[in-house]
Amino acid sequence: MIPLSWYLTLAAALFCIGLYGVLARRNAVAILMGVELMLNAVIINLVAFWRYNQPTVIGGQVFAIIVFAVAAAEAAVGLALIISIYRRRSSVVAEDMNLMKW
Amino acid sequence: MQLDLLLWLIPVPPVAAFFIIWLFTNRSRGLSHAVAIVSILISWALSLIVFFNVIGLKDFGKTVIGSSVPWLPTGESVFRMGVLADPLTAVMLFFVPLCCTMIFVYSVGYQNYGKPRDPHDKVGEPPHNGVEPMYSRFFAFLSLFAFGMLTLVVADNLLLMFVGWEIMGLCSYLLIGFWYARNYDDPKKITPRGAAVKAFITTRVGDVVMLLGIAYLYFMTTTEEARHILGKAAGTLSFRDILYNAKFLEYLAEQPSVIVGLSVAALIGIFLFIGTVGKSAQFPLHVWLPDAMEGPTPVSAMIHAAAMVSAGVYAVIRMYPLMSAGWHEGGPLTPPMLAMGAIGAFTALFASTIAVTQRDVKKVLAYSTISQLGFMVAALGIGAYVAAAFHLMTHAFFKALLFLGSGSVIHGVEHGAHHSNEHLDPQDMFNMGGLRKKMPITFWTFLIGGFALAGFPFITAGFWSKDEILADAFANNQIVFYVLVISATLTAFYTMRQIALTFFGEPRTHSAEHASENVWTMTYPLIFLAIFALFSGFVGVPKELAELGFNNFGKFVSATLVEKLNTPEFTIVPMIFSIVAALGGLTLGWLVYGMKPLKAGQKDPLTVLGPIYTLLENKYYFDELYEFIFGRPARWIASVLVYQIMDRTIIDGALTLIARFAYFVGHVFKVTEKYTINDPPDWGLAAPIQWMGRTFRVIQTGRVQNYLLVAMLVVLAFGGVYYLRFIGLLR
Repeated sequence: MIPLSWYLTLAAALFCIGLYGVLARRNAVAILMGVELMLNAVIINLVAFWRYNQPTVIGGQVFAIIVFAVAAAEAAVGLALIISIYRRRSSVVAEDMNLMKW
Repeated sequence: MQLDLLLWLIPVPPVAAFFIIWLFTNRSRGLSHAVAIVSILISWALSLIVFFNVIGLKDFGKTVIGSSVPWLPTGESVFRMGVLADPLTAVMLFFVPLCCTMIFVYSVGYQNYGKPRDPHDKVGEPPHNGVEPMYSRFFAFLSLFAFGMLTLVVADNLLLMFVGWEIMGLCSYLLIGFWYARNYDDPKKITPRGAAVKAFITTRVGDVVMLLGIAYLYFMTTTEEARHILGKAAGTLSFRDILYNAKFLEYLAEQPSVIVGLSVAALIGIFLFIGTVGKSAQFPLHVWLPDAMEGPTPVSAMIHAAAMVSAGVYAVIRMYPLMSAGWHEGGPLTPPMLAMGAIGAFTALFASTIAVTQRDVKKVLAYSTISQLGFMVAALGIGAYVAAAFHLMTHAFFKALLFLGSGSVIHGVEHGAHHSNEHLDPQDMFNMGGLRKKMPITFWTFLIGGFALAGFPFITAGFWSKDEILADAFANNQIVFYVLVISATLTAFYTMRQIALTFFGEPRTHSAEHASENVWTMTYPLIFLAIFALFSGFVGVPKELAELGFNNFGKFVSATLVEKLNTPEFTIVPMIFSIVAALGGLTLGWLVYGMKPLKAGQKDPLTVLGPIYTLLENKYYFDELYEFIFGRPARWIASVLVYQIMDRTIIDGALTLIARFAYFVGHVFKVTEKYTINDPPDWGLAAPIQWMGRTFRVIQTGRVQNYLLVAMLVVLAFGGVYYLRFIGLLR
């Protein structure tokens, strides 16, 4: 078997790439894509831990499915917010959403 | 028809008239006076029915007519209110509604009904030649006044009597101040407003003390022993129950009161008498009565003859058993009787001396009233109960006659003044003269009234009643007798003076020349009253002179008391004195004023008395004395003590002080804040905080990604610390 740590490293790497996308992209939709990537990394982590520690308990898979569902829902909400902002300000550049600036 | 039902109905028509006039017939003059006169006629008719029914009853006095309703339940007892007719009430019912009716009819003419409204007459001032603008109001108030008096007369308990008393006090205020807008140029002359307030307040002083007496009496009826004696009647103030219970009176006469030396009966008697001192204008509360002449003349007649002052004497006569509790004929007088005797006799003399010098025709009559009331009170003081009641009745007749006559004279002179366009005081006797020829009916009736007042022998009512008082005084108390004799002489003197100045001689002014007799509504009441002034005395003739009259009055009225008083044995001496006093006074007056009647501009011959004359003319300066003792301190208390010192200085000062303190605290805070927190930008507290704010707000970029970056960095830092601790490199 491949050692567990390889999966965890993969998940960590994906998470960091996603984090970089969230922090560094200008476009709001791209930020959302980064968030999705982070979530997927978390799911890989979960499934890896499930397969390697308690493969018989179905809860692990269920947990992963739930996280998927949440990710999807959150993506839908996020996109709806972006569409709303776009309709108002005709731009999806995250830097320009600074109404809360001092 | 049950008599006690009639008694209940007697006071009702006038009060109904009051409301009807006030609410409905206000605008119509004819309707108002018709309502008023019809109402008083109904009362008069009812009173006469009651009167003629009761004088035939056997043993009337021991048995009385009356009924009462339970009015106020108070614990164990029930306070009852009702009506009563005993012999005294019957006498009152005879003359009170009669005089009131005459006054009502007279007022129709006096207030110039029938004449058109003069546009120069202002509302609130006496009319010059048109009809009185407030005509209906006058009749409404007169009706209310009659209601008060009739309530007082038929009341069967002290409280209801007091209610009637107070209603009359109110009406005296309303009626004396009837011409409320009248002002005089002379500041010393009291305006009707001032006179009304003076009347009300002076009688109020008496009323307060009287109420104290009433309350004290009520309290005494509720003590343990009283409950035992009175039984069901405890806790009430009905006359029959309280004053006719000899055991109760004895009990009151023996109980010591809060004042050492006086029994409860004596103290209550004195308090109740003080109410009479106020209402019947005895010394020292006499000052309101002369100034009450500011009211229209029918009001003066009503107040000072028929109603209010009679109420005072009636109250004392009514409460006589209480005041004489513990007294037996020939024994020492009880304290209330002493007080009455002293004050009455003194007032009689005192007022008659002042009346000798007055110029105003109504003021002479006012002082005469005070003096005659003094006679009545003195009579009560020495135990002459019947004589006082008798004089009350005859006095009502002749004094009402005199007042109405004087009003007729004044009216005549005012007519004359209107015709001759003169401006003068129509009430000043020195502006009159010769009215005998111009106003014959007024002259003859006034003469009859004046002679009755003076006590002209045998044919006038005043003679018999005054003689009875003097006879009683002679038998019981010589001092009072001589004081009253002197007073009677002076009475005759000033009466003749008044008649001579007004009617004899030649007219002294143009107004008197053009004076004319008045309408029938004014002269017929005069004639009617004159009949009574002549003939009403014949019911009280002493037994020994039975050829001249009857002695029913004495027997009738003395049945009112439990203990029958003996009439003194008839001696000729007091009668001689009273004849001499009357005739002597009249003659003296005629000699001074009538033989050579005064011409225009001539001074009063009495001014030769010099300083005495001035003293008397200024009423012994009592008004000034009261002003000094009571008026000025009261005004000082009001304007200086309470207003300036207490209100403005103390209370407002305290408030201002608190306000200033709050202001000061605020100022302290402000300065502190200024120097520590706020003001100087370098070293205050505010500036560094502002600097910190300005500096650190740059981290609020509003951009989510920046916030997330910072969050991640912090997470990394914490995570690093924990990881290092986990692997043991950091503790």
